[in-house]
Amino acid sequence: MSGLLSLSYLIGSVSFIVGLKMLSHPDTARRGNLYASIGMTLAIIATIFLYTNSDGIRLGNYGWIFSGIAIGTVLGYLAAKKVQMTAMPQMVSLFNGMGGACAAIISIVEFKHLIHTGVDFSTQPIFTATILLGLIIGTVSFMGSMIAFGKLNGNINDKTLPMQQVINVGLLILLLVLLVAIALGLVGGNPMTWMVVLLVLSTLYGILFVMPIGGADMPVVISLLNSFTGIAAAFGGFIYDNNVMLTGGILVGSAGTVLTVLMCNAMNRSLVNVIVGAMGGNKTAGGSSSSSGGTYKEITPSDLAVLMMYSQKVIIVPGYGLAVAQAQHTCHELEKILNNNGVDVKYAIHPVAGRMPGHMNVLLAEADVSYDKLLDMDEVNPEFSQTDVVLVLGANDVVNPAAKNDPSSPIYGMPILDVESASHIIVNKRSMKPGYAGIENELFFQPKTSMLFGDAKDVLGKLIAEIKIIAS
Amino acid sequence: METFFQFFTEHLNFIFTIILMIILGFEVISNVPTVLHTPLMSGANAIHGVVIIGAIIIMGQAEPDNYLALILGFLAVILGTLNVVGGFVVTDRMLEMFKKKKKN
Repeated sequence: MSGLLSLSYLIGSVSFIVGLKMLSHPDTARRGNLYASIGMTLAIIATIFLYTNSDGIRLGNYGWIFSGIAIGTVLGYLAAKKVQMTAMPQMVSLFNGMGGACAAIISIVEFKHLIHTGVDFSTQPIFTATILLGLIIGTVSFMGSMIAFGKLNGNINDKTLPMQQVINVGLLILLLVLLVAIALGLVGGNPMTWMVVLLVLSTLYGILFVMPIGGADMPVVISLLNSFTGIAAAFGGFIYDNNVMLTGGILVGSAGTVLTVLMCNAMNRSLVNVIVGAMGGNKTAGGSSSSSGGTYKEITPSDLAVLMMYSQKVIIVPGYGLAVAQAQHTCHELEKILNNNGVDVKYAIHPVAGRMPGHMNVLLAEADVSYDKLLDMDEVNPEFSQTDVVLVLGANDVVNPAAKNDPSSPIYGMPILDVESASHIIVNKRSMKPGYAGIENELFFQPKTSMLFGDAKDVLGKLIAEIKIIAS
Repeated sequence: METFFQFFTEHLNFIFTIILMIILGFEVISNVPTVLHTPLMSGANAIHGVVIIGAIIIMGQAEPDNYLALILGFLAVILGTLNVVGGFVVTDRMLEMFKKKKKN
């Protein structure tokens, strides 16, 4: 019997590895996700029916287990199916938090169990420390994810306490010292009380860790918390001597860390820089001096229609505004109608456009925009100089020239799309409000730039109508 | 030091697995196109939902009168399932949009 369980765990672990590998190629990604989910289902079912503890006793409470799974499945399925494409990042953060909370609860129950068996902690400090680490990491991941969720959802604003970094580091050291002290049995009194203290401190740390980090950096934070939860799950695997939890957890912990670093690289920033928060800290410092008093031009949809129809090459730069307005289909329509009239249309995709890397690709793919029209930053940047019209749709920070020429700007050093070298730059925004990172954009005030105010979907609709009139 | 070595010998298999998995995780992810960062993060997110197995073990071993274990275990099973099901479904929804167009 236990052989069958081990076999299921082996299949499960392999399916995670293969699934993750397949997820990293566009052609196989969807099947990879499917394989991993099948392996997971197998491991879960095998655990329910085949798991025995060290005394050879099987699991009970099937009613509870199955109703828990049923509730979770219905809620999870509905939430995942109903969520808007724009709210995807929050959703991932929320699900990540659930996993973190699950890991923390496991640690709480196991710690209590450990006390009940009456062992002296100091005889097995590493095992005790593992349980407590699972508690700390799980809790930090849960609270951090909830804060990240709130920030992306717009419920929570960035807040920085005075001496924030000192407080954070101090809290972290306190957590670790306390952990070691409990595990070595150095603290007196009721161990449960100490566990609660640890729980409270971890909760506080989770909040303070994410609170000061700027909204634009949330994807990196979510990815980091994702790998935290993986590590917490691996600690669970250690507690239960369970291979599939260990492999799955460590795999995600390691892959998640690499992914986090890749995301930072895409923004040309280091992880430390994100966490310590160049963006979170001195937001007001950068880029405001030169631009806020400038004047800008507006353009009407009908003028833009004429301009585009007489262009040879148009590049569209999509951003979060496109996602919010759900304008991807209208955008694709504009591309088709321009194409039919002999205008070459391409899309310039900045690695961190939108709220998450790849956000724009997902949206445009939804609208059936073909792959070969989507150009990466490195591919497209040399092309701007031969471009007649660049249409920036709700993107802001990724085209902000301050990233190149204002060392005091919080986004200084981030690679941007060189839209400035095109002949005409049209920026669609709902208003003159600064972008997500809260930085003014001098691009809007340049002579070559014209503003096209309004909701992306409405404005594009009007533009298409005007083009149809000219074309007919 | 002795405790450490004792621990090391006792859990040699785990330590092997951990180190190999760390290397594997690095290998599997490097060279991912930016397009796939978000779905990949979401897929990895679903995989760490494997923590639900721990929740199931707690739930299944809880004595009928141990209310703390029963309630916490039940909660953990729900949360873990949310992580697994929600994670995989959201990832699938993202990737659904990448499906290749039929070639005419």
